Amino acid sequence: MAERDEALWLDARRRLTIVELSECTGMPVSVLRELVEYGALAPADPRAGEWDFLGDCVASLRAAARVGADLELDVPALALVLAYLERIARLEEEVRRLGALLGQARP
Amino acid sequence: MKYKDYYAILGVARDASPAAIKAAYRKLAQKYHPDVTKDPQGEEKFKEIAEAWQALKDPDKRAAYDQLGSGHRPGEDFRPPPDWERHFRDEGAFADGQFSFDEADLSDLFAAFGARAGRARGPVPVPGADFEVGVHLSLEEAHRGTQVNLELKMPERDAQGRVRAVPRTVRARIPPGATDGQRLRLRGQGGPGAHGGRDGDLYLDISLHPHPLFRPVGHDLHLDLPLAPWEAALGATIEVPTLSGSVSLKVPPGTPAGRKLRFAGKGLARPGGGEGDLYATVQIVNPTVLGERERELFGELAAASRFDPRGHFAAGGSHG
Repeated sequence: MAERDEALWLDARRRLTIVELSECTGMPVSVLRELVEYGALAPADPRAGEWDFLGDCVASLRAAARVGADLELDVPALALVLAYLERIARLEEEVRRLGALLGQARP
Repeated sequence: MKYKDYYAILGVARDASPAAIKAAYRKLAQKYHPDVTKDPQGEEKFKEIAEAWQALKDPDKRAAYDQLGSGHRPGEDFRPPPDWERHFRDEGAFADGQFSFDEADLSDLFAAFGARAGRARGPVPVPGADFEVGVHLSLEEAHRGTQVNLELKMPERDAQGRVRAVPRTVRARIPPGATDGQRLRLRGQGGPGAHGGRDGDLYLDISLHPHPLFRPVGHDLHLDLPLAPWEAALGATIEVPTLSGSVSLKVPPGTPAGRKLRFAGKGLARPGGGEGDLYATVQIVNPTVLGERERELFGELAAASRFDPRGHFAAGGSHG
């Protein structure tokens, strides 16, 4: 049984360089740069010389990468998929939050 | 080897054009892609669709598949005809002996077929596969941290160098700080790399089991706090449960329903240290069955009290 320990929470506290983000998502750095150009991916500080990204973008990017590879999408289509996946994630989070406030069990 | 009808899976005729096959694949992929669909069977369906697409999109693979014949039923045991094996062995598709027709799945066969070009160039570092799995935790496990055993099927090379999906148990340590919808990356715990490539990573998608008392919002917890009418009216000292044991709360006299009380640091542990807060929302709960004495006392209260809970209705009605 394997047991190694290098756990990393992928949340907004964690910052990743573009190279680390590429490693996490399997997307080439050039594609990540294009996604930033299209406004689908936002660096933590767009004016910084070296871009950092918040760790909470990894899940949507990985899903977009899978959809993009499986459907052979070009980068503009990938940007659209990413925008929708992030919107769905935000809405699901809002549903969870409202459900908790209203005292409802999770759907 | 079990036969699979890749044309039927994609819903196209055997003589369909490449464009028609691509269109059929895209239509089905949009419907069943596991990152898009809510269909619980979507992932399995998509694997089947993707396997058919991988075999039929490549003209060489499609020609090889077509030569297997069309007289088999899906799921039927079959073996490629002898000339098929000889032809493709001679072509170098399986010439390095890494492939066994007897034990293979049809998808292994076509994956091996496609891998020959890479092998001809000699070994290059290949990173291990990443795995992404959902993990369900109780609130208590998320708060304290826990270990989970994950049963994964990982690609591994056997003594003959053949790649097989091998069941493997990975024990993943989840540090305190998980909450609903959070992702944890465990570096190097995915599939093993080959020829010096890095090991893949394991991504855990955390979800929390519903708790009978607490509802998480991020790292804060929400709790309904039921009070008897007399506790709310007169004030009381009560015990409020938290994840780390109960705490005493002095309820002030005249506490209304809906009042939200905050218990700082009594929520879920945060990844970087510290804890979220616990919010308890007051509910005033009446006894559903009254004893004789209780009924008398409520009657006395009703007679003596001038309290009108609907007094504002009259003021509000004057505007209409």
